[in-house]
Amino acid sequence: MDRVKQFDLAKLSVREVNQFLHHELPGSGIERVEILNPDGSHSIAAGLDCDVAVEIQGHAGYFIAGMNKLASVTVHGNVGWSVAENIMSGCVRVKGHASESAGASGHGGLVVIEGDASSRCGISMKGCDIVVSGSVGHFSAFMAQAGTLVVCGDAGPNLGDSLYEATIYVRGTIHSLGADAREEEMEPADVERVSRLLADAEIDLDTSGFKRVASARSLYHWNAEVHQEY
Amino acid sequence: MCGIVGLLIKRESQRESLGQLVTPMLDCMGTRGPDSAGLAVFRKPLNDAHRRFGLFCREPGFQWQTFHQDFLRDTSSDGRIEIIDNHATEISSIAVDTFKAWLEASHPDVHLISVGRAIEMYKDEGPPGEIAERFRFSELIGTHAVGHTRMATESAVSPAHAHPYTAGEDFCLVHNGSLSNPYSIRRKLESRGIVFETDNDTEAGCRFLEWRMREGDTLEAAIETSFDELDGFFTFLMATADRMVLVRDAFACKPAVVAETDDYVAVASEFRSLAHLPGIQSANVFEPAPEQIYSWTV
Repeated sequence: MDRVKQFDLAKLSVREVNQFLHHELPGSGIERVEILNPDGSHSIAAGLDCDVAVEIQGHAGYFIAGMNKLASVTVHGNVGWSVAENIMSGCVRVKGHASESAGASGHGGLVVIEGDASSRCGISMKGCDIVVSGSVGHFSAFMAQAGTLVVCGDAGPNLGDSLYEATIYVRGTIHSLGADAREEEMEPADVERVSRLLADAEIDLDTSGFKRVASARSLYHWNAEVHQEY
Repeated sequence: MCGIVGLLIKRESQRESLGQLVTPMLDCMGTRGPDSAGLAVFRKPLNDAHRRFGLFCREPGFQWQTFHQDFLRDTSSDGRIEIIDNHATEISSIAVDTFKAWLEASHPDVHLISVGRAIEMYKDEGPPGEIAERFRFSELIGTHAVGHTRMATESAVSPAHAHPYTAGEDFCLVHNGSLSNPYSIRRKLESRGIVFETDNDTEAGCRFLEWRMREGDTLEAAIETSFDELDGFFTFLMATADRMVLVRDAFACKPAVVAETDDYVAVASEFRSLAHLPGIQSANVFEPAPEQIYSWTV
């Protein structure tokens, strides 16, 4: 049994490849799938639900590896909007840059962006971990509810706006914090968490210089007495 | 949604392939904007005295040769006409205002869609792939081109509502997004005597920028002013006789991707549109940052 399978998107549609990944792959014994010529196509390897390594060889489009469960997906190039959107488990790694909303709404698993992520990285994340080797754009971790966003570079405007219980760590400059986000002391547990995530992400960087950003929790409850002046 | 594309060829020897390279870019973006499409191509500029007058007539079987004879006879001007389907380009040394006055009086059914020494323009309703074929986009030669595929969200589908929009000479703009205050911009400009041709939001943006430039602003200064004046979402791709300029609004929720090599600069809404370009795998591919002005010169 051949444990490696190769698909060429110059010859097959994304739908054909994804149908294989959804229906024929689980239980087949195939351990690694290589996808050639993505050429910016959308939704490649979305909805995976088994332990497999998927390698996408080139720049890909929107919604790559969305809803990922168990699988380990690597993109050897850039991705468009919403890579690993709603990731449940497993790992999605982008060797290049990611456009906006990387890891949006993710419940679990690990998202690694080796280049920069654009705006709204980790928007509404619900428990996944995101590690960005470069910088993130504006409104990253907007309304993020749980999980961790680690940014080794800089963060753009309005970081962590309306943040719930997700935690953000930034090594570089924070352009500005969003409403209700505040910088807090790095505790030993934070250093340990950053160290573990950098190791998981295979990013060779020490933990010095990281800042912790979390919610001030002042927007959690409606306060009728302040006339919307928070 | 809408799709935008732009391509600037850096090497003179490769300018013959402009149409060949930009046509698949536009066709690919047909999925983002299936209802109409357009392309503005910038050719080697004519001498100071001459202009290309880009013309469109919706009437099937319109007799462009008769139009041309009328033009020569009525205005006693020089001129030659290049005809393709329902578009034509009249090339003449007539003064722009004189041409406009003649056109309005003699052929109100013919629309002037572009004027300049370098610009040539095609736009119409229909699937972008079909439009590219009808106007033989793949044969176009020039330094740079910007194109658009439209999915109408705020005003009618018609050839006049298709992008690119032009204002003044050798300036055009394509837009992905929507402006929220086009009517206040329009009222402000109309009170200064600027005439609008459609009720489209993009036309307000285009005429605003061109008005600022006529008032003495550089395009960069005009764009900086637009950040305060234009309310809404936009990725604007603009071109002048010798430049291609890209900018996204502060929220940057309308996409754009740039690919640059030693041979070209290409811009599109999605990378898909660029995937066929030669050397793309080693190109510098990046997403333009919000409110940053990117300008490339021929």
